[in-house]
Amino acid sequence: MAASSSSLVVQIRGLKKSFGSNRVLDGVDLDVRKGEVVVVIGPSGSGKTTLLRCINLLETYDEGSIQVDGVEVGFHDGPGGVRQPRGDRELSRIRADIGMVFQLFNLFPHLTARENVMLGLRKVRGLHVAEAKRIAEQWLTRVGLADKFDSLPSQLSGGQQQRVGIARAVAMDPKVLLLDEITSALDPELVGEVLTVVQQLAKDGMTMIVVTHEMTFARDVGTRILFMDGGRIQIQGTPREVLTATGHERLKAFLARIEMMHH
Amino acid sequence: MAYHINYEFVWRHFNRLSWGLVLSLELAFVSILIGMVIGLSLALAYTGSGRFIRGAVAGYVEFIRNVPLLLLVYLVFYGVPSVGGFAYDATESFVITLSVYAGATMVEVFRAGLAAVPRGLIDAGKAIGLTGWQRMIWVRLPTMFRIVLPSLSNAFVSLFKDTSLASVIAVPELTYGAQWINTNSFRVIEVWSVVAPMYLVTGYLLLFLLQRLERRFTVH
Amino acid sequence: MLYAIRSLPFLWGGLLITLQVSALVVLLSLVAGVILGVGIVYGPRWLYWPIRIYSDFLRGIPLLVLIFFIYYALPLIGLNFTNIMSVVVALAAFEAAHIIEVTRGAIQSIHRGQNEAAKAIGLRFTQRLLYVIAPQAIRRFLPPWINAVVDTVKGSALVSLVGIVDLTLAIQQVIGRTYVPMPLYILGAIMYFVINYILSSASRALEARFAYIRE
Repeated sequence: MAASSSSLVVQIRGLKKSFGSNRVLDGVDLDVRKGEVVVVIGPSGSGKTTLLRCINLLETYDEGSIQVDGVEVGFHDGPGGVRQPRGDRELSRIRADIGMVFQLFNLFPHLTARENVMLGLRKVRGLHVAEAKRIAEQWLTRVGLADKFDSLPSQLSGGQQQRVGIARAVAMDPKVLLLDEITSALDPELVGEVLTVVQQLAKDGMTMIVVTHEMTFARDVGTRILFMDGGRIQIQGTPREVLTATGHERLKAFLARIEMMHH
Repeated sequence: MAYHINYEFVWRHFNRLSWGLVLSLELAFVSILIGMVIGLSLALAYTGSGRFIRGAVAGYVEFIRNVPLLLLVYLVFYGVPSVGGFAYDATESFVITLSVYAGATMVEVFRAGLAAVPRGLIDAGKAIGLTGWQRMIWVRLPTMFRIVLPSLSNAFVSLFKDTSLASVIAVPELTYGAQWINTNSFRVIEVWSVVAPMYLVTGYLLLFLLQRLERRFTVH
Repeated sequence: MLYAIRSLPFLWGGLLITLQVSALVVLLSLVAGVILGVGIVYGPRWLYWPIRIYSDFLRGIPLLVLIFFIYYALPLIGLNFTNIMSVVVALAAFEAAHIIEVTRGAIQSIHRGQNEAAKAIGLRFTQRLLYVIAPQAIRRFLPPWINAVVDTVKGSALVSLVGIVDLTLAIQQVIGRTYVPMPLYILGAIMYFVINYILSSASRALEARFAYIRE
């Protein structure tokens, strides 16, 4: 079923990447349309995090194409039609429209929560201090941290830090949000507050690609689930289709292992 | 001005350099041994004592570490005999200076090393009934030595380079030999192009050998 | 001892030279060392080895050897520097090698996630350095750098060996006239001690100021 390309946010074709002799991504094709929440699951080493990190060029890719909003992320056409890697300036402009939230939060420890969110708004979007401040505070309030504007990351719990991380990414008004196992490093009781925020973002229409082990989240919030293994997408479909699949052995084994871990 | 590279003078007098290197190594070795004795005693004194002794030790360390080694060399070689009434030769004087200098570094190394001994080991020693002295000898010191080996290696190589200052009081080590060749032949580029690598290579060799030694002693 | 005190005005001139040489060397080595340090961490591959070799070589030889070499060799290759210029070049080159290492250590001690998060919000290279990396690296940079500054002041004493009248040579000249070595050496030691102690204390104060950045 062909989707109108105007609503196609991310388009990946034939993506291949190796780390040395290790083929991490072995031909990935993926279309993500506006408003979709694509959840990627799979065993470690399956390439799911690498896939995410290629989209905003934190990792380079060897073969294939990744287009965000119609723009090829990693390369441009050089003289003679040869494709050349993009330079830092161009990459920065492209990355500004892609948001990422990290497993280890990666908040800037020398800045307050508000300043963490404001940095991109001021230096990348070029907003004035007052405007950046307003937007930052708005987003921090929306993630439930209205009383923590002036807190340093070291003064916040893991769940709070991750919510700042989400605010920081979302305040940039990205076309797509990449979430890289954002609850894996959290104490169990803090996971809920973060997932609630993400769920609300999804309801508000944010396009997302989520790598996670949280199956409940995948089932409740995901519009499509991808199971990756060995560098390829093995199965994809609606949550119901994928999570209750009976035909695929490795998927079943993987789901069984996850079940055991959570109980 | 044309300058023709000619190593002949350097090779003819190479023994000044080779024996100079040997003397440099000897000076460094003796100084670090004496320095370690000074450093260990003061570190132990520091760890176990009251404010007065701690202040004195800290004063010694701070003083030595903030004054140029060159000045210390002069002070010991020219200054001390003038008040002490005795004379010693340049080599003796330099060894004393460098040992005192090394001692200051060693106090810090050993103090940090002692502090880094894991509490668990000390407690284990208490648990099997060792007395304070026994714990010191059988648990804390051996562990500390393993911890400080890398710092000791670096300090030794550093001291080896510092022996170059002995040349200013005419101790015939490597730099003195180089200066002799320099002033007697003006083969500047040739002599320093030999001597600089001699320091460099010897330094790396020392580090390499000391690291091999470390690996035999480190328990991990 | 009286001689020592009365010679203070003459030593003052030497002290000024020591401070001027040290300040100039600190400045030059800081700029060169930080730029090359950033270059060795973030620069292209072909930049890594030359800087690395420079840094390792200059840190592997005694300062005295370097000073002698540069002092005697520069005229031979046609560079007629003054005495002071030669020693400043030698000292600055020596210290820069150390500062490259200090810079490298400070930057590499920062978790790579910081650079990634900075990239992810679209900051360009210079912006990442300025707003994310540098503020965090400074804390790890300052203590070893102050050590290097103290080493520079101590190393400046070696310029006395090529005829520059710094504090050390001034002391020796006074001794040459008055024949009272010990009090003068002690006075000189105290003067160096005071300068360096002030610097180390400044270091501790600066460390405390930046300590709020906890991980």
